[in-house]
Amino acid sequence: MKLLKLVPDNTNIHFLRWQWPFFIVNILAMAASLVLVFTSGLNLGVDFVGGQMIRVTFERSAEAPVGELRESVGALGYGEPIIQTFGKPNEVSIRMKLPEGSESKPELSDAMAKKITATIREKHADARIDGVDSVSGKVSGELFTTGMLALGLAMIGISIYIWVRFEWQFGVGALFALVQDVLLTIGMFALTQMEFDLNIVAALLTLIGYSLNDKIVVYDRIRENLKKYRRMPIPELLDLSVNETLSRTIVTSLSMLITLVALLLLGPDVIFGFTAAITLGIFIGTYSSIFMSAPILIWLKVSSSSFVPQESDIDRQERLARGQS
Amino acid sequence: MLDFPRWKQAWYWFITLACVVAAVPSLMSTGNLSWPSFLPRPMVNLGLDLAGGSHILLEADATQVARQRIENMEESVRARLRLAEPRIRIGDISSSGGRLTFMVEDPAQVDAAREQILPLTSGAGLTGQRDWDIRVVDGNRFILTPTSAGINQAIDAAMETATEVVRKRIDAVGTREPTIIRQGSARIVVQVPGLDDPQALKELIGKTAKLEFKLVDTTASANDIAQGIAPPGSEIVPYADPQEGGGVQAIAVKRLGGIKGDQLTNAQQAFDQNNTPVVSITFDQQGGAKFAKLTSENVNRPFAIILDGKVLSAPNINEPILGGSAQISGSFTVETANQLAIALRSGALPVDLKVVEERTVGPDLGADSIEKGLIAMLVGTVALMTFIIVTYGRFGIYACIALILNVLMILGVMAVANTTLTLPGIAGFVLTIGAAVDANVLINERIREERAKGRRVVQAVEMGYKEASRAIFDANITNVIAAVLMFLFGSGPVRGFAVVLMIGIITSVFAAVTMTRMWVANWLRRTRPADINL
Repeated sequence: MKLLKLVPDNTNIHFLRWQWPFFIVNILAMAASLVLVFTSGLNLGVDFVGGQMIRVTFERSAEAPVGELRESVGALGYGEPIIQTFGKPNEVSIRMKLPEGSESKPELSDAMAKKITATIREKHADARIDGVDSVSGKVSGELFTTGMLALGLAMIGISIYIWVRFEWQFGVGALFALVQDVLLTIGMFALTQMEFDLNIVAALLTLIGYSLNDKIVVYDRIRENLKKYRRMPIPELLDLSVNETLSRTIVTSLSMLITLVALLLLGPDVIFGFTAAITLGIFIGTYSSIFMSAPILIWLKVSSSSFVPQESDIDRQERLARGQS
Repeated sequence: MLDFPRWKQAWYWFITLACVVAAVPSLMSTGNLSWPSFLPRPMVNLGLDLAGGSHILLEADATQVARQRIENMEESVRARLRLAEPRIRIGDISSSGGRLTFMVEDPAQVDAAREQILPLTSGAGLTGQRDWDIRVVDGNRFILTPTSAGINQAIDAAMETATEVVRKRIDAVGTREPTIIRQGSARIVVQVPGLDDPQALKELIGKTAKLEFKLVDTTASANDIAQGIAPPGSEIVPYADPQEGGGVQAIAVKRLGGIKGDQLTNAQQAFDQNNTPVVSITFDQQGGAKFAKLTSENVNRPFAIILDGKVLSAPNINEPILGGSAQISGSFTVETANQLAIALRSGALPVDLKVVEERTVGPDLGADSIEKGLIAMLVGTVALMTFIIVTYGRFGIYACIALILNVLMILGVMAVANTTLTLPGIAGFVLTIGAAVDANVLINERIREERAKGRRVVQAVEMGYKEASRAIFDANITNVIAAVLMFLFGSGPVRGFAVVLMIGIITSVFAAVTMTRMWVANWLRRTRPADINL
């Protein structure tokens, strides 16, 4: 049986020849993400801004009556609702600010939830209320802080680990690539205005972990080659390392994407945003592994002098067998 | 490489099969197979987002605890100094501004007063600090300030009691398998699976249920009450239901001389002679004696039954009530009377609890999610396996067997560790499947490379496993870092995801590296191939 080879043997693409164009594209993409986050903003869910979210499925309709819902819920006098479909077009989330004074009187927000669900049920016999989330301003503030703290700590913690296991240049390179992954993914959320909630922070943490897998494999190979080919110019050595690991990078990313796409298309709709974030992150992470994590080592002036060459047992046996001293 | 001792192989298979067997009951729960009842039955719990139910986060008002503490101190100081021999007279008492101040009328008694007050304080915490700070200024003015250690201790005690009370109330409703955990210093998490409408439960939990009996101050004019002006020594208390007061919104009651309704042995929903729902209560001996004294001294006067600062009703005392039991009336339905009875039976909350976060998931959504999650997992796994076998042939088949074992092992470990599977946890499963093959990809790619360099089969395989292991180890450590942080900082569903990731990382390394290596070694030893198709 002839086996599938996505990357032919002896592939040698000169990635580093394009390091500057790609660097400029990367910087522009990150800048664009930042601009998007600050101009159009993130569509923050109730986890982070507080409020009430009611999820409804219209079981016998192809599409949720968003316009009608906006009107009828808006007419209840609790302010304008934010209504979005998620996953399927017949599933909506209705978000409301908590009513005035509900911090001291939680029954007010209960009353609001009751009124909204009653209004929906009355007009739509096929409406299934899937869940009600009420988060007070105090709790949402805390959730936001801990979420961001976890993200920051994860990036720093992982970079420190790489620094300890490799060299400081690798740690900085990993951190830079991770910032890029996270920033671009958040930028996509600002662009698409998908809801950004606690689950998305978990997705970002996950993709940090997996995107780093790629970088570690590339870095591990660079370290190995630095010991092996001590006289090879660094750019050439980096290209060689990226090429040698290219097949693995592609096959692994594809494996993850196969399962993620299955989850995205067939999986539970409630976690659509979560899965979408990870899927997006795998793309961006694969890109940054190939085009970002290696070139940055040149700029940080990594050299082979920090690694003592080591000969593996098998190499020595073979050398001795060939009769060389 | 080829040297895999028997005992080692047996041991690896034992670990694998033990984990897989532990997964069986969780898998069978969907079908109708029977599991021998004499065996332990490890099960994966379903999180609220899959089983449906309510998650309620309650927060206590810490300032209320501090205020209450100062008020209690005021009462103790008054009583103690009044009973002192000789009696110590005090005046100008104030308990506002977070401290208690009063003046000892005779400056010569200051030391005696201090002697009396000191036993009312006690040590707090481990630092040897006391719970109250006593100072005397201007010769005879006492200032008692609760220390932060004292307040923390009080909050701690109040929360301890509050958690217990909440548990009793929820148990009384008979809801199945509630989780009630104290969180942080002043919060309680309540999770109740399979509850469609948490409204009634929330009302029950949120009820402070502080019952008081106070005498009505009949000297207050209706006009003054409407303006909120109470006669000296009295306070205005609103009616819970103005109909009960005959259209009057509030009445004045005497601040002192009432009794608290916390000394009860029982409380039941009942009906009075007019067949309207009431709550009948039974005092314990001490409470009964106090109640008898209050009612005998005030025959033909009205007294107010006050619950959580609102008047339920203000009946006339027709005759002394000596039997130690009484009936509380006040516009009840059978349901609300029953709720109050439960709240009174379980005791009053020492502090008000407010709902600061609530998440409810309908049961249909959860079932829907499990089904879709399983389908996605199945389709994803089959597609992935096809891809891996097409890419790596025989080595791909080994990777796929490892993959299946890995999934079963995760489930088994989760069941034994009694962890909870949440909706993001299902995503974690699917993701772990995708990521677990990474180890095999790394190994197989390395073997390909080593073969391309011209190494012999056995050596190439050995190098592949050896060289790839380093990268596999480093890569998995970074994932563990991310998962641990997620677990520490995440909320319920996200934690479920982190748990699956962590378990998956360990089992996947075992299955994808150790087990496949054993199979490959066995195959190489058996057939000694000169070349491999990879």
